Amino acid sequence: MGDAPPLARLLDARLVEEGAAALPGAGLPWLAERRKAAAERFRALGLPHRRLEAWKYTDLPRALKDRDYLPAQRQAPASLDAVPALTGDEPLARLVFVDGLYRAELSRAATGSGSLPDGVRLLPLAQALEREPGLLEGRLDALTGDADGADPQLALLALNAALLDDGLVLLVEPGVAVPGRIELVQLGGLGERPVFHAPRHLVVLGEGASATLVERILGVGPTGGLANAVTELRLGKGAALTHLRLQEANEAAIELATTFGALEAGARYEAFALTLGAALSRHEIDLTLDGEDAEVALNGAYLLRGRQHGDTTTRIVHRVPDTRASETYKGALDDEARAVFQGLILVERGAQKTDGRMLNKTLLLSDKAEVDSKPELEIYADDVQCAHGATAGEIDADALFYLRSRGLDQRRARALLIEAFLAEAIESLSDEGLREPLLARVRAWLQKAGEQDRNETEGGR
Amino acid sequence: MSDSMLKIQNLHASVEGKPILRGIDLEIAAGEVHAIMGPNGSGKSTLSYVLSGREGYEITEGSVTYKGKDLLALEPEERAGEGLFLAFQYPVEIPGVPNTTFLREAVNAVREYRGEERYDALKFMKVLRARLKELGMSDEFLKRAVNVGFSGGEKKRNEVLQMACLEPSLALLDETDSGLDIDALKAVADGVNALRSPDRSFLLITHYQRLLGYIVPDKVHVLARGRIVESGGPELAEKLEAGGYAGYLDETEAA
Repeated sequence: MGDAPPLARLLDARLVEEGAAALPGAGLPWLAERRKAAAERFRALGLPHRRLEAWKYTDLPRALKDRDYLPAQRQAPASLDAVPALTGDEPLARLVFVDGLYRAELSRAATGSGSLPDGVRLLPLAQALEREPGLLEGRLDALTGDADGADPQLALLALNAALLDDGLVLLVEPGVAVPGRIELVQLGGLGERPVFHAPRHLVVLGEGASATLVERILGVGPTGGLANAVTELRLGKGAALTHLRLQEANEAAIELATTFGALEAGARYEAFALTLGAALSRHEIDLTLDGEDAEVALNGAYLLRGRQHGDTTTRIVHRVPDTRASETYKGALDDEARAVFQGLILVERGAQKTDGRMLNKTLLLSDKAEVDSKPELEIYADDVQCAHGATAGEIDADALFYLRSRGLDQRRARALLIEAFLAEAIESLSDEGLREPLLARVRAWLQKAGEQDRNETEGGR
Repeated sequence: MSDSMLKIQNLHASVEGKPILRGIDLEIAAGEVHAIMGPNGSGKSTLSYVLSGREGYEITEGSVTYKGKDLLALEPEERAGEGLFLAFQYPVEIPGVPNTTFLREAVNAVREYRGEERYDALKFMKVLRARLKELGMSDEFLKRAVNVGFSGGEKKRNEVLQMACLEPSLALLDETDSGLDIDALKAVADGVNALRSPDRSFLLITHYQRLLGYIVPDKVHVLARGRIVESGGPELAEKLEAGGYAGYLDETEAA
C-alpha cells in the first residue's frame, strides 16, 4: 500500500469500519461494489509519484507527507457573507458545498423551485444517490469501473470513486438551453481540523442542449483541506458547455481536480480556469473528441506567489476527422511560486483535418519563480494542422521604461503590463459578461502584490 | 537670457564601461527650440535616454539641472511628473493595453504627481477629444493596443498625442523624423508647432536637416564623438545638409 498511509487510514475508516454507513448511497449494492473495487485499486497503486512521467513536476507524496485528514462533516458552520457576487446578475441556480458537502440552506433554485426550465435536472449527488439512485446507476463507473484500470494515472480517480461523497449533478435533456449560469460553490478551510473530501460532479448534456457552469472554489477559512474532485462531462451531438473554474482556495489547501469527458459530433466545450489559490493544485483535463466537428477551447490563467505550486495538465484525444482544439494558458509567478503546464494533443490514426493549437506563456516576476512547460503533440494522421508554443520570461524592460517615462511608477507600470498579458487569455472567453469578474480578480491579485512590495520597501528603510 | 529650462554641464556617460558622452554643455531657455544634429554613433540617443532616466547608463561626471532641480537624481516617472517628455525614436508596442487606457493612466499619474485631481473616465475622454481635435487627429486608433499594428507615422503621431496630453515643460524628440514619409513628417511637425509656447522648450534630436524645415529651431548644435562641437542658428543645419558631417569626424571615422 506504499506511500499514502494517512489516506489509506482514511479509506479503512470510511469503507471497512462503521464509517461506510455514513457515505451516501451506502445501501446500494452496485455502489458498494464500485467503492470496494476502487479502494483496492487505490491501495495497489498508491499516490501518483514523480517516477510517473505525468507527475514528474508535481510531488504529491511529498506535499501530503505528515498531513492527516478527517472525513468532512456536514455540520461545519458556514455562511455566504464572505463570498462576493461574481457578477451583477444573480445566477439561475447556485449549489453550495461546505468542505465538499451540500448545504441546502445556502443554496437556491435546485430542481423544483421553478426557475429551471423543464428538461433540466440539477441536484446534489448525495441526494440523488439517496432518493433516486436509478438516475446515476451506470453513470458513475466510467474509467474507474473498467477491468484494465491498472494505469497508475488512475489512482486519483480510484480514490475519488472509493470515497465520493457529494457533488453537482446536471442533466439536460436534448434541445434544452439552460437560460442562465449555474454556480457551483465550494467553501473550504472552515473547520478546526483539515478534512478530506471527494467531490464527484456529473454534467450530461443531451443533443443540442447548452449550459454555462461556473465553479467557484473559495477558501473562506484558514484550515488546509485536501480535495480530490472528479468531474465527468458527457456532451451529446451539437451540445455546448461553457465551464468557468475559479480556484481561490486558501494557501494551505491541496486542490486536486480531474475533469474527464467525451464530446460527440458538433459538440463544443469551452473552459476557462483561473488558478489563484492553494498550496498545491493540480487541474487535469482529459477529453476525447468522438464525433466530427467537435471542438474544445481550453484557456486559463494562473497567478501564484509565495511557495504556491499550480499544475495544469491537459490531454485531448482526437479520435475522428475534422475536430478542433485550442488551448491558451498564461500565468504570472512571483516569489518562489512554481507552475507546471503539460499539454498533450493526441491525434489518432485516421483523425484527418484535425486542428490543434496549444500555447503556454508565463511571466516570471521573481528570479526564484519557476515554470515547467511541456506541450506535446502525438500525431498518427498525416493531414493535420497542429502547433504548440511555450514561452517564459520577465516583464519587457522596454515597455516598463516606456510606461515609467509617461509618469507611471514602477508598481503601476508592472501591474498594467501583467494585467495586459493575462487579459489576452481572458479575452478569449466568448461570454463577455464573465470576463470582467476574472479581470477584477487579476487586479486584486496585482494590488496585493503592490502592497507587499511597498511594505518591503518601507520595512527596509 | 530668460529663465533656464535645462542646463547640462560637462556631462559624461558610459554604457557598459564605454564612454559615449564626453563632456556635454548645453543650456536651453524656457520657450526655446534647440536641435541637436549629429552622425550615427555620436551619442544622440544616449543623451535622450540619460535625460529621461533609462537604466543602463552610467553618469561618470557632470550635472543636469532642470527647472532648478537635479534631474539625474529623479526616477523616470518623477521626471515625467516634473514635465519632462521623451518622444521615442522607436515607440514601444504594448499588446493588451488599449491606447486610451494608457493615455488616461499616464495623464492621471502625472496629475497625481503634480497634486492635481485624477480625471474620471468621462472627463478624460473630453480632454482627450479636445487634444485630438487640436492636433487634427482622428480617434480611430484610440481603441487599439498601444502602438500595436501602428504604421511608423501613426506611432510618431501617437507620441505627439501623448505629448499634447501630458503638457510637458520640456519635450525631447528623439529622431522623430526617422522613417516618416513627407505627409507624416508634416503632420508630426504641425503637431509640435501647435504645442510651441513661451513656457515650453523643445530639444529635437535628428540626423537630417529635413525636420528642421518644418520646425524652425532657435539654435542648432552639432554633436560628434560625445561632445557638442559647434553651435549656431538655423543656418547651421543647412550647412550640414550641404556639407555632411565629414568635417566633424576623426580621420579614422571619416574613412
